[in-house]
Amino acid sequence: MDEDLKRTRLYDWHATHGGRMVPFAGWELPVRYDPGVLEEHRLVRRSVGLFDIDHMGQFTVTGPGAASFLQTMVTSDVASLEVGQSRYGLLCRPTGRIVDDVFVYRRPADWFVVVNASNRAKDFSWLTDHAAGCQVVLSDVSDATYMVAVQGPRALELLKPLTDVPLDTLPRFGALTARIAGVEAFVGRTGYTGEDGVELFFSADQAVHLWETLLASGQERGIEVGPIGLGARDSLRFEPGYSLYGHEIDEETTPLEAGLGWACALDKDFVGRDALLAQKAAGLTKKLVGFELTEGGIPREGCVVTAPDGTPVGRVVAGLYAPTLDKACGHAFVSPEFSAPGTPLAIVIRDKPKTAVVVRRPLYKRSPL
Amino acid sequence: MNIDKQARYLPSHEWVRPEGGLYVCGISDHAQEALGDVVYVDLPEVGTIFAKGAVFGVVESVKAASDLYLPLSGEIVEVNALLNQGPEQVNKDPYGKGWIVKIRASKAGEWESLLDPAAYGELS
Repeated sequence: MDEDLKRTRLYDWHATHGGRMVPFAGWELPVRYDPGVLEEHRLVRRSVGLFDIDHMGQFTVTGPGAASFLQTMVTSDVASLEVGQSRYGLLCRPTGRIVDDVFVYRRPADWFVVVNASNRAKDFSWLTDHAAGCQVVLSDVSDATYMVAVQGPRALELLKPLTDVPLDTLPRFGALTARIAGVEAFVGRTGYTGEDGVELFFSADQAVHLWETLLASGQERGIEVGPIGLGARDSLRFEPGYSLYGHEIDEETTPLEAGLGWACALDKDFVGRDALLAQKAAGLTKKLVGFELTEGGIPREGCVVTAPDGTPVGRVVAGLYAPTLDKACGHAFVSPEFSAPGTPLAIVIRDKPKTAVVVRRPLYKRSPL
Repeated sequence: MNIDKQARYLPSHEWVRPEGGLYVCGISDHAQEALGDVVYVDLPEVGTIFAKGAVFGVVESVKAASDLYLPLSGEIVEVNALLNQGPEQVNKDPYGKGWIVKIRASKAGEWESLLDPAAYGELS
């Protein structure tokens, strides 16, 4: 492997537990373990899985200007967050194109921003460049902060005896500080799988202890739990329709095109707002859709999308076999006139057009608790 | 890793085995393990004639698409229709229920030129 790749504190654990290590966003991470991508996906949908996502970046923002600074930089209305709440949002260029997607948590003493590993340096300098005169202090705390996601319908049941805080009373997107297996952790009822669960942030030197305690505790109590690799992480995020930077969103795309208008509070001022208002008034030229293949094949990123008559109308940005749906599906950017659910399309896979149909997003929604 | 001692191999990990006057072909245990979960197999039309080494189909796994190379020149006389509903058979039983096509070989001497189990074992 490339010697420049970074390793998480759980690298040795992964390597000795069947993890197939691959390069990802500058890190060496497990793409899968022995059970394989499909079984790992199903484990999260039926019980609980653990994700080593230490590669994700975390920044803190403090100072008297923190709330108004973030309100200007992030597309969603983060200034209205109360302590113990979090919200999804985007960082945009003045052109409205997307720098990154972020999760912003308001904590008692600071604001906590979670960013993509591949964009960590870019995001930090983008924010720093705009911070002058804003009375804020920005810190990249990624190296000291470990991040593990515990996801699945039995996630809170798994954590319950390991903490003295009733996590199940935490609302979706709520966050608090708790001791978990003796480790002080910042806990968000957030995630990237479409299931219930939490994301844990804690001191990096506790990574192996917390990981092994969670697995052992599940085993003792008959709660099926296992580690989940990047392969299943991708299919788990795809089914509920979450965006992945570099696929559905990037510096060529605006939130409106990517179906993320709901994460843009256009009634407040933020970087990129004017461009988004102008785009909204002028109308979109491309739009993200979900689709299902209606004949055999697996669509892949980069496949051309055509109308049934063969006219090119777009391009696939994510394509896969969706395990819960048991269908070959994808996301594509297409001309708006081809974006309505039910619209027939063709996906060109290795020079052969395969019939497909636009479907409503998200493709998967968990049943209510 | 499991190697079928009755089969011969291509360096690209396809196996082929004589059976009732025909040849059965699939991908090796090593190949299915490297690919990960197989979710679709693009099968050729019965009756198609290919030269040795031609791409006759595609295995799609959760990771990527991989071309399938025909180990022997000849005609495809049967495809494993079970794979349309159960592509995971390629992972579960690569030398048995996960077979992919049956070939009527058209050129003498090609079988002998393939890798024997020992040679393939060293390679993979």
